[in-house]
Amino acid sequence: MRFAVIITLKKDVLDPQGKVVEQTLQSMGINSLKNLRQGKYIEIDLNESDEKKAHNIIEEMCKKLLVNLIIEEYTIRKI
Amino acid sequence: MNSSVIVFPGSNCDRDVATALTNLQFKNKMVWHKDSELPKSDLIVIPGGFSYGDYLRSGAIAAKSNILKEVIKAANSGCLVLGICNGFQILIETGLLQGALLRNKNLKFVSKDINLKIINNENKFCNNYKKNSVISLNIAHNEGNYFTQKDHLKELEDNNLIPFKYCDVEGSINESSNPNGSLNNIAGILNNNKNILGMMPHPERMVDNLISNSNGIELFTSILS
Repeated sequence: MRFAVIITLKKDVLDPQGKVVEQTLQSMGINSLKNLRQGKYIEIDLNESDEKKAHNIIEEMCKKLLVNLIIEEYTIRKI
Repeated sequence: MNSSVIVFPGSNCDRDVATALTNLQFKNKMVWHKDSELPKSDLIVIPGGFSYGDYLRSGAIAAKSNILKEVIKAANSGCLVLGICNGFQILIETGLLQGALLRNKNLKFVSKDINLKIINNENKFCNNYKKNSVISLNIAHNEGNYFTQKDHLKELEDNNLIPFKYCDVEGSINESSNPNGSLNNIAGILNNNKNILGMMPHPERMVDNLISNSNGIELFTSILS
């Protein structure tokens, strides 16, 4: 079973990299750009056929290592 | 006094700290990250560098290493623990210190000498410094922008858990003397028991007048006294 984890900085945490990318795109003439946040994307293959169990394992990975819960938030998607 | 310096793949300030400690009469041992036993230590130092290439987040992988389990046990039973630069990032990732170290606000790796004001000296790491004095130490980091939740920031300020803040040469703490965007110009923090110190500046680089100043010496002599 395959999952994707998307990690981004929480809304109230300054994202200087995202800001620079945003400003660069705006300066390239993309005027409809309102807001951009940069994050991380992690793909995980699991040897687990029960989706609920698998989801719990990914959740544990996020909480224990992949995500710094003080500054980051995450979403898990089955792919 | 017995000290241990923890070495990870990618540590690069381990020998500087070891030299500083030995010159100041500590009996020091180097401890590899895969070891599962700590030598008898009064002080554990987690040095600067780029442990595990800063993969995932600075300090995140080192915080899960074998020896850190022992460091956490020792820290929780009152052993003095000093984390410098990447060592501070590792202490944050273990949860021994609270908060987060974000990328520098200006997105640049900052390597320069900065001024620090001694805000609180009533702890085992700073009692040889004079309160409100200004010292100069070196910083060299990309993720030193200290961030924490409002209630924890209040706790740090109210309980005298911030030993140093970035300041200018006169001792004014303001935005222009903040090299990385840290909340309230924080350069280092203590845990509630004041036996764990994490700091971004490098005291071990300032112990020899031949190559720098000697403003870092008092930090180590405070521990000795």
